[in-house]
Amino acid sequence: MVRNTTAGAKAAEAVLIILLALISFSSLFPIIHNLAISFSMPAKAMAGFVTIFPKGFTLDSYKKLYEDSVFFSSFWVSVKRVVITCAISFFISLLMSYPLSRSVREFKLRNVYMWLLVFSMMFNGGLIPFYLVVRQMHLMNNFWVLVLPMLVNVFNVILIVNYFRSIPKELDESASMDGAGPWFKAFRIYMPLSMPVLATTTLFLIVTVWNEFMLGLIFINHESGIPLQTYMQQLVVRIDPTLLQSLEDVKRLASVSDKTLGAAKIFASMLPIMLVYPFLQRFFISGIMLGSVKE
Amino acid sequence: MRRKWSEQIHFNLMLLPGMLLILIFTIWPMGGIVLAFKHFIPTKGIWHSPWTGWENYSFVFDTPVALRVFKNTVVIAMMKIAFGFLIPIVFALMLHELRFQWFKRVVQTIVYLPHFLSWVLLAGILRDLFAVDGIINQLLHSMFGTEQIMFLGDNFWFRTIVVGSDIWKEFGFGTIIYLAALTGINPSLYEAADIDGATRMQKLKYVTLPGIATTIVLVGTLSLQNVLNAGFDQIFNLYNTLVYDSSDIIDTYVFRSGIEEGHYEIGTAIGLMKSAVSFVLIIFSYSLASRFANYRIF
Repeated sequence: MVRNTTAGAKAAEAVLIILLALISFSSLFPIIHNLAISFSMPAKAMAGFVTIFPKGFTLDSYKKLYEDSVFFSSFWVSVKRVVITCAISFFISLLMSYPLSRSVREFKLRNVYMWLLVFSMMFNGGLIPFYLVVRQMHLMNNFWVLVLPMLVNVFNVILIVNYFRSIPKELDESASMDGAGPWFKAFRIYMPLSMPVLATTTLFLIVTVWNEFMLGLIFINHESGIPLQTYMQQLVVRIDPTLLQSLEDVKRLASVSDKTLGAAKIFASMLPIMLVYPFLQRFFISGIMLGSVKE
Repeated sequence: MRRKWSEQIHFNLMLLPGMLLILIFTIWPMGGIVLAFKHFIPTKGIWHSPWTGWENYSFVFDTPVALRVFKNTVVIAMMKIAFGFLIPIVFALMLHELRFQWFKRVVQTIVYLPHFLSWVLLAGILRDLFAVDGIINQLLHSMFGTEQIMFLGDNFWFRTIVVGSDIWKEFGFGTIIYLAALTGINPSLYEAADIDGATRMQKLKYVTLPGIATTIVLVGTLSLQNVLNAGFDQIFNLYNTLVYDSSDIIDTYVFRSGIEEGHYEIGTAIGLMKSAVSFVLIIFSYSLASRFANYRIF
């Protein structure tokens, strides 16, 4: 490429860099602000002096957080939930994807299953029928209610199916010649070859499951069983709407909540996602392309 | 021939666990939509409760809430689609024009991040930022001397914040698909343009934009399916009684009337309407996408 190095081009480049830097900063600002509050002295944070640097640096809110047993019990519920869901989902998705990646000639019912899958992705009974079904199954207040509905992610399955279809047919055929059955092929040939897409879908699932709060909110009543996001939802965010009748009420409610401790909890709840994010980032660009445009 | 048969059985066995879960958690609840046409008596259960025909729907449409809820849903979703459509394109083009690769990567890493954080936590942060005594109000006060604005308790501002924060959260992630399309443009086109003496703007107009036109059409058509998805997680975690007029959407209303107040038939009736209309919208947007952008799901 011929490099354009005139003064005008340099100025344009500089403007671009400043603009992009500003946009990046605005993407991070709310998170930095929250972090700054969590490290500030409660009185100063309450008076509202904090922007991006903590005022009166202290670790008090994190010490208080450390003693908060309910926070940690819900944290562990979430960790347990993510690990179990992702492990089981990995195998279920793999098992579903292999037959679905066969042609109709090889697997007679392929299109019937595919149609069911896509239909279930596009149409649903809505929240209330789902709620009633789960109640009918006596899954209320059961840990597994947080896991079971999230195990099959149709979008992820389609992603894996598409990937499997890009693997040369000859490989499958020669394995068959050597006497490999479908289970052997799925686990010993397709699984190792598909680690990029399996990693992508698993990482996406980690984020989805970690961030999910509705199931815990509507199906679990006792404090010790709710996942972290549900706990946070009830703590930081949820205000009983019937209590809020006037501006004064809103102000009063805002001031009684412990601002710095809340900020510490928000940050601690984000941390696991921020920790998997670097791994995630390597994968999701290809993941998105797999899920969108195909030639 | 025997081998072929056993293979078919194994294929079905492999699909069994997944399909069982779909059957229980997706297909079975579809049966529950009959509730929309019934008068639910808990002791009798869904199937033995009496039919009422369209009564639930006439009740829904006789209350002013339904109209408000539908209007809010469509307005908020359309605002998000309209404003959220252009920004990722412009941003991707800006990144594409940038020569410093490491800076580009840093910017990308930062702007993608908010997409992965939950609305629960972001709502917690936003509530603090936009509080009556929050940092935004203080900045506005010190710069323009404005009075305290109750952002999250004001019907105009609330909707603005909902749309704005949604774009803030998602624009970075939305650029990925355009950046991928941009890297797919043949570099020799730029070289040819350079030899012909094209300016930066001309290259943008005649090489870059045509290069991502298909992707723009694809994203545009696929976004149509979200006309009834105004963003439950976000609004549910941000709203309060003061702003129901501008922000109560179908999903939040279904949650309140159905789960919180126990009006199962009403919640189901409205939910079914949403599912049905969304279904049509999805089919419509997919068929447009496959026609104009050659898009296939699998």
